[in-house]
Formats: sequence, structure tokens, C-alpha cells
Amino acid sequence: MSVESVVQAVYLVAAVLFVLSLAGLSKQETARRGVLLGMAGMGLALAATIALALARSERPVGQTAGLILLVLLVGAAVGTWRARTVEMTQMPELIALLHSFVGAAAVLVGLGSYLSEPTGSGGAVHLVEVFLGVLIGAVTFTGSVVAFGKLSGRLRSSPLMLPGRNWLNLGAVVLSAGLLWWFLAAGRSGVFPLLLMTVVALALGWHLVAAIGGGDMPVVVSMLNSYSGWAAAAAGFMLGNDLLIITGALVGSSGAILSYIMCRAMNRSFVSVILGGFGAETGAAVQSGAVEPGSYRETTALEVADRLTAARSVIVVPGYGMAVAKAQYPVADLVARLTARGTVVRFGIHPVAGRLPGHMNVLLAEAKVPYDQVLGMDEINGDFPGTDVVLVIGANDTVNPAAQDDPASPIAGMPVLEVWQAREVVVFKRSMATGYAGVQNPLFFRENTAMLFGDAKDQVELIVQAL
Amino acid sequence: MRIGIPDDGGPLVPATPTTTARLVGLGYGVSVAAGAGAGAGFPDTAYEAAGAVVVPDAEAWAADIVAITRAPDALATPGPAGLRPGARGPDGLRIGAVLIAQIAPAARPDLVRALANRGVTAFALDAVPRISRAQSLDVLSALSNVAGYRAVVEAAAEFGGMFSGQVTAAGTTPPAGVFVIGAGVAGLAAIGAAGSLGARVRAFDVRPEVAEQIESMGATVVQADDAAQQVSADGYASALTTGQEAAALRAYAVETAAADIVVTTALVRGTAPTTITAEMVANMRPGSVIVDLAAPGGGNCELTVPGERVVSPNGVVILGYTDLPDRMPRHTSELLGTAVANLVQLGTPDRDGRLALDPDDVVVRGMTVAAGGEVLWPPPPVTVSAPAQVRPASSVEPVETSSGPRQARPANQALPPKPARPAVRNGLLGLGAVLAVLAVAASPADQVAHFTVLALAVVVGFYVISHVSHALHTPLMSQTNAVSGIILVGGMLQIGSSDPVVTTLAVLASAVASINIFGGFLVTHRMLGMFRRGAPTDGSAR
Repeated sequence: MSVESVVQAVYLVAAVLFVLSLAGLSKQETARRGVLLGMAGMGLALAATIALALARSERPVGQTAGLILLVLLVGAAVGTWRARTVEMTQMPELIALLHSFVGAAAVLVGLGSYLSEPTGSGGAVHLVEVFLGVLIGAVTFTGSVVAFGKLSGRLRSSPLMLPGRNWLNLGAVVLSAGLLWWFLAAGRSGVFPLLLMTVVALALGWHLVAAIGGGDMPVVVSMLNSYSGWAAAAAGFMLGNDLLIITGALVGSSGAILSYIMCRAMNRSFVSVILGGFGAETGAAVQSGAVEPGSYRETTALEVADRLTAARSVIVVPGYGMAVAKAQYPVADLVARLTARGTVVRFGIHPVAGRLPGHMNVLLAEAKVPYDQVLGMDEINGDFPGTDVVLVIGANDTVNPAAQDDPASPIAGMPVLEVWQAREVVVFKRSMATGYAGVQNPLFFRENTAMLFGDAKDQVELIVQAL
Repeated sequence: MRIGIPDDGGPLVPATPTTTARLVGLGYGVSVAAGAGAGAGFPDTAYEAAGAVVVPDAEAWAADIVAITRAPDALATPGPAGLRPGARGPDGLRIGAVLIAQIAPAARPDLVRALANRGVTAFALDAVPRISRAQSLDVLSALSNVAGYRAVVEAAAEFGGMFSGQVTAAGTTPPAGVFVIGAGVAGLAAIGAAGSLGARVRAFDVRPEVAEQIESMGATVVQADDAAQQVSADGYASALTTGQEAAALRAYAVETAAADIVVTTALVRGTAPTTITAEMVANMRPGSVIVDLAAPGGGNCELTVPGERVVSPNGVVILGYTDLPDRMPRHTSELLGTAVANLVQLGTPDRDGRLALDPDDVVVRGMTVAAGGEVLWPPPPVTVSAPAQVRPASSVEPVETSSGPRQARPANQALPPKPARPAVRNGLLGLGAVLAVLAVAASPADQVAHFTVLALAVVVGFYVISHVSHALHTPLMSQTNAVSGIILVGGMLQIGSSDPVVTTLAVLASAVASINIFGGFLVTHRMLGMFRRGAPTDGSAR
């Protein structure tokens, strides 16, 4: 029983723990246990790896141990600091940033692997693995950095529309294939094509995500999540490490499923999101699809408070605007007060609300809204007709009736929350500007809709005071 | 400009403290006659708190804009205009002032003429065109809603029994039977009010398209096929043919004889047809109640005396009250006040306190009965187009115009998602499978084992993740993120390399990956700590 075999056994246990961890996350009741299982799995894997690294070390053991300790200290310090201080509204940025770390690590590990044992055990196959690992890692890295920039407002969130952008992407892929051929031919001295490919892949990742607008970020972030998993799996192949392969595959399929769910919630194909440029292409269609706008009715916080006092059932539909205004606390306060009066209050969440899958749920949980009060679109859509008041806070496209009524609309066919079926709808909005999709929303002109303009947080606070 | 709210002596007032605050917010000064809101339960102090000035009645009449519930008849007798010492009431209305009121221009041409002679610009709240954009100004439908509700309250007060069936130790009482004729705004409100008191409600309307609305309010539709008209094009009921009328009357006879309460709301083009003959009343049970909401137009019941309560020889009470909305002054005043404020807001886009209503706007044109010394009633016809298409059910009602219950709108089905291209998709899948097989076949033996592991892990991943609830997607993502920090394993194993370049790369890789691990797990844990369940007894979450 060598160190190697013990380590492999521990890896197996860790892999099983990871599977159980993700399985635990499927339900609220078991979610916390899931995290703990994941931590345990990671702890075991790290301990085993440290043992293996020390046993295999070509340097003095103390030196290697010191470096590993240093690495872990850095990781623990930075990671803990970020995890403790991050605002829940900034969660999308943090996750995008973490994805970029995985991508960067995959690139570095790939390069290191090639430098330390250029041909490895598997000859050409190994080289292909290295090449693909670095490629996926690099795309993930810059893609995530751009996503982070867009989500945190450091970069413009509108899509970058280069002429012939699809050809650029295709060109980058073809170029990478050529470089792979060169790399394989060069064998032991292929550092140059490898680095060149890294640069091309970095540019490709940057351009891919730069072409996608801010509102499609839920798809992009879950797609990058998937990529980071595949990057880890590719690293597993090049290192011959099954734990990395299993974990990478788990993460990769998780991200793929999330991307699929997000795309379905927007009624768009994955390819159309990835190819980007959503907001701009639909400019012409908006004109043709626009219904005669008519007039809208403005209301005040006091009036809304009156309506809420009289209402027996209320549904709150939050969107990205609630996150921007950081209105989740006053909203939760409002809901708690209404609930205490005996009003039935629930939240209706569209799958793509926010900038991250499940973003709204996290924000509401942060504000201490009980999760069984927060329902998904399919759960709550049938309840709107029996509801007295719907408060739409910072949501727009996800409550647009044009998706159902107007086949010419760019968002036609997208599943939406049918808020207009309620007796009365109050829309909290900064102005009459259109939503992300650039589509006018006929909901605002319905006779049972009232508009409450201004900062969502201030307005909700006014309502709370009036109650 | 200054808006005056005179006291018309009645219980209603067209401005509440809430709407007063809105008017003040639009830049107007508001002068409320002392005691104007007392009848509706709004004390002078509440108006003052909302930013208004409380003034004597005469001063309120002298404002630039005067809003009053109904234009008083006194305006029709041309008196000395302008504020003068001792001028009382309507005489104080200035030349060139703006009047916002219910005017009933069709019934009171003298009044309209007198207003025009005085140079008054008069907006009739009861002459709002029937287009959806104007609904927020339309007091008629709001008032008929109130009237329909109040009709049931009046009937319940007169009726010697309970509306809902009761089971007591001393016996069981059946629920009251309520029959509603005409399912317009008032009729539907009556249906709703009677239903919520527990009565069995049946309803009839000559327009077949409102049956759905009747049912949505919880009443049973009385069928009389011979009496049914074609679906009306303009939303109004039209006069019945002789055959239809006979069939309808037969249905009324059967239903009224069985009912305890009859609420009749039929108006055809402003006049009230007879729905309940004296003979039908004679066949009703003593103690039954008929509420005639068409009393202002003469009444649907032959025995109705507008404004009066009469009792038929066989003891049936017939209520012909014409002031039903006035009997709920608080809410009626709120509705009136909101309509006035909406109109003023429409004319004050800049919030500068200057009323500038666009005379070419069809809504404004329809409401303007007098301006610039001319009588502008009746307005040119308004073509109703889009609303009928969008809301086929609710744009058609008999008594007054307006919004029907929204439940009536058929639930829109989601459009089918964009068709997938199965051929392309299958082709890609097949291509991928072939490539995968080739890749595996070309790999050395130990790599094949890795492919097996990869394939199995992908399948496991799909099954495990597919069951994750939407609410947990963010924690799932940060958890998978932390887990994918496992790439640290690869980095760590290279740290011990003898090549300093490799060691440097490995240290960097390990450092970023370990940030991922620590950050990811901790933030997931922190997030999940926030998710909490409501109290188990909490009924709020179904």
C-alpha cells in the first residue's frame, strides 16, 4: 500500500462526496449539508494531494511544503476576505471572477504540465490534452474577466458589435486548429505554438463575451461555469487524475444544464445567445411590433399603500432593478408587515430575473424573506388571476405581455409572469425607458396597471412608512 | 392657478385630502370651502394638512378652476357673474373660469348654454369618451360600480331575511335568491356584492358575450336563447325586436317570481326599457325587494317612482333611489376626486400649476361641453377601434361604459417556443459521437479508462443537477465554482518540480485556485445561511 494508492482511494471518497454535495444542493433542507460535504471532500482531496506532492517532490521537502503552505495561506486570506465582504447584489461579479481564476489556473497548470514533462506518457494524445486544456482555460479566463467587468460596471454592458464578428470567432478556432497541428509536429519544442494559441484563445474568450449584452449574463455566467468545469476535466486528462475529471465533468454538466434552463426561460437557442448582439439586431422589429402605446397611469406611494392595505393577496415580482436599487431590505420589510396583517404575500421569480441564475432568491434570502414564500414562475403563474395587487419591482421584459400577444415582438414566445391577470398591477420603474431587450412593454399601458416612478428603494420605504 | 372646491351642500366632494395633495403637487393652489368634505368624512383640517386653504364658499366659487360634484341648476339661470360682496354659491363663478363637474349635457342644454354665455370652459366628467385611454377619467363607470354595490346593501336592509343560508339548532334557512338584470358595471358589482353576502345569484343580459363575465363573478347565467342578440359591435345593447322582447319578458317573469331580490339595471341608449311589469310584481312573494338602478331614466319596473321607496299592493318593496352613490360618500368622493386629479394632471404635463388641456385630444374634446363662449356639445363621434380588439369582452356593457372583470379575459396561452431543428441537432450529436469514438479509439489504453470516468461523471452530473430547484441556482453555481477549484490538485503536484519556471507557474495556479476554493465554499455557506423557512404555522406561504 503505497502513498499513491492511498491517495487514489482518498480521491475516490472525495469524488463521491462532491457528487453528494451537489445532490444535497437540490433542496433547501439539505443544501447546508451539501456545502459541508463539499468542504469535507475538498479537505480530504487537499490533504491527500499535499501528501502526494511531498512524496513526489523533486525539491527538498521543506521547500515544497513551505510553498504549499504559502499558497494555501494566500488563498485562505483572499478567499475568506472576499466571501465575507461581498454584497449579495455583487454575487454575479464574484462568481464571474472566481470562474476566471479556474480558467487562469487551468492555463498555468497546462503550461506547467507541458514544461515539466513535454510528452508525458501518452505521446500525441497527451499533447492534444494539454493543448485543449490550455485553450478552454484561456477562453474561460478572459471570458470571465469580461463578464466580471460588465457585471460590475467596469465595462460597458452593451454588446460589442465588431463587423463580421462570427467570422472572427471562426477564424480564431481555425487558427487554433492550425496551431495544434504545428504544436503536434514540433513535439518537445512546441512552446511557441502553445503560447501563440494561448494568446489567440485569450482574445477569443474576450471577444465572445464582449459581444453579449448585460441582460444575457445569466446564460453567460452559467456557460462560463460549464467551461471552467471542462477546463478542470481537461487538466485531469493531462495529469491522468480521475478526481479532476469527475469534478470537472460534474461542474461542466451543471453549468450546461443551467445554461439550458436560462435559454429556455428566454425562449432562445443557446447558439443565438453565444453569438451575441441580441439587443441591437432587434431594433427594426421593435418598430414593427410596437402596439399603439396609449397613456399610462401614474400613482404615488401613498395610493399604493392604500391598495396594499385593502388587498387580500399580493404578489411581488422583483427584477434586476431591485438589485440595482438595493431595495430588497425595504421590500422584505414591506412584505413582513403585510404578512403580519394577514395579507397573503408571495414572490414570483422569473428564472432569468437578475444577472445570475437564482440571483433574486439570494437577495431575498439575504433580506430574511422565508424561502417558502418565494415561488418560481411555473408555481405562481396560475395564481395571478386571483391576486389583488401585483408589485413589479425593477422587472420589465419578464412581465411583458407582448411575449404572448404579439408574434412580431422580439421576445415572442418567451415564458413570462402573467402579472396582468391580477386585479391591479403597480410597476416600480425609474422612467418609461424600455427594458434590456429594447422592447416596449404594453403592460404599462394596461388599464389595471399603475406606474410608480422613482428609486425603487425610496418608494418602497415611503410605502412602508405609509402603512 | 387656483382650484376651488365649493360646498354643494350634498355629501359628496370632488377632492379628498389625498387628491388635494396631488393637485398641490402639480403646482396648483387649492381652496376648499369650509365644511365641503364634512359629508364624506373629510374634516377641514385634513385638507389643510394636505396643503389646501380652507375658505368661505363664495371664495371657492371664485377660483380659476372650480371642481364640483354636479353642476348646480342655479348656473343655468343667468345671474350677475363675478365675485361681488355677498355673492353666494354659483353666482360667484367668474367669467372665463374652468368648471369640472358632472354636467349631464344631454339632459340640460339650458345649463350648457348658460355656461357658454358666461365664457366658462366646462369639462363634463360624465361625458368621457369610451376609449381605454380615458378610463381613469370616467366617473360614470366608477359611480355605477358604487351604485351596484349600494343597491344590494339597500336591498339587504329592506329584505326581512339573511342573504346567506344558515344552519342553526332551531332550523335551517335557505340563502336568498338574487336576480340581476343587465350585467354592466353596476350589474356586475351587484352580482359580486350579493354573492359575497352569500346569496344565490342569477343574472341575465341580452348580450350573449357577457355570459362569461357573469359566471366569473360567481352568478348563474339565465338562458333565454330567443332573446339573445347578436354580439354587439359597439358595446351597447340595442333595442330588442318584438320577438326577442317577448322571450326576455318570459324569462324575467319566471326569474322574478322565484327571486327574493331583483336588481334591474337595463339602460338602452340612455332610456330605460320596461323589464318588470306590474303583473310580474304581483306574482312576487310579499317581502321581496326590487332595486331599480334605471330609476334616473324612468325605471325598468312599471311601479318605480324615481327617488322614492314604494310598496306594491302585495307587499313588494320597490326602491327607486337615484342617489345610491351619494349614500357611500367617502368612497364615491375618492373616486370623483381621483378622476378630477387625473384630468388636471393630464392638462398639467409640466407640473407648473397651469391647466393646458389639448383641445384636439379626443378625450378632452369629448369632455368639453362649452368653451370660448360656444356650446361644444355633442362632440364629434369618436371611433372606437383598438380596445374592442384587445379586450373583446370588457368593452361591451349596457348601462355605462367601462372595465369589466378581468377574469373574463381568456387566459392567453404562451406561444409555442421557437421550433428546434431536430435534424441539425441530431446531426451534430451524431458527429460528436463519432468524433468521441474516434478519439477514444486512438487513445492509449490508460486514457480509455479516463474517458469512461468522464462519461459516467457527465451522466451523474446531469441527473444530480437536473433536480436542483431554481431558488438554489446561485448557491449551486458558487458551490460548483468552489469545487472546480479542485484544479488546485494539479497545481500542487507541480510545485515540487525541479524546474523553477514550472514551480512559479504552479504556485500561481495553486494560489488562484485556492482563492476559489476558500471563497467559493464560504460564500456558498454564507448564502445558504440566509435562506430560512417561514414559521411552520405561517399561513402566508401556500
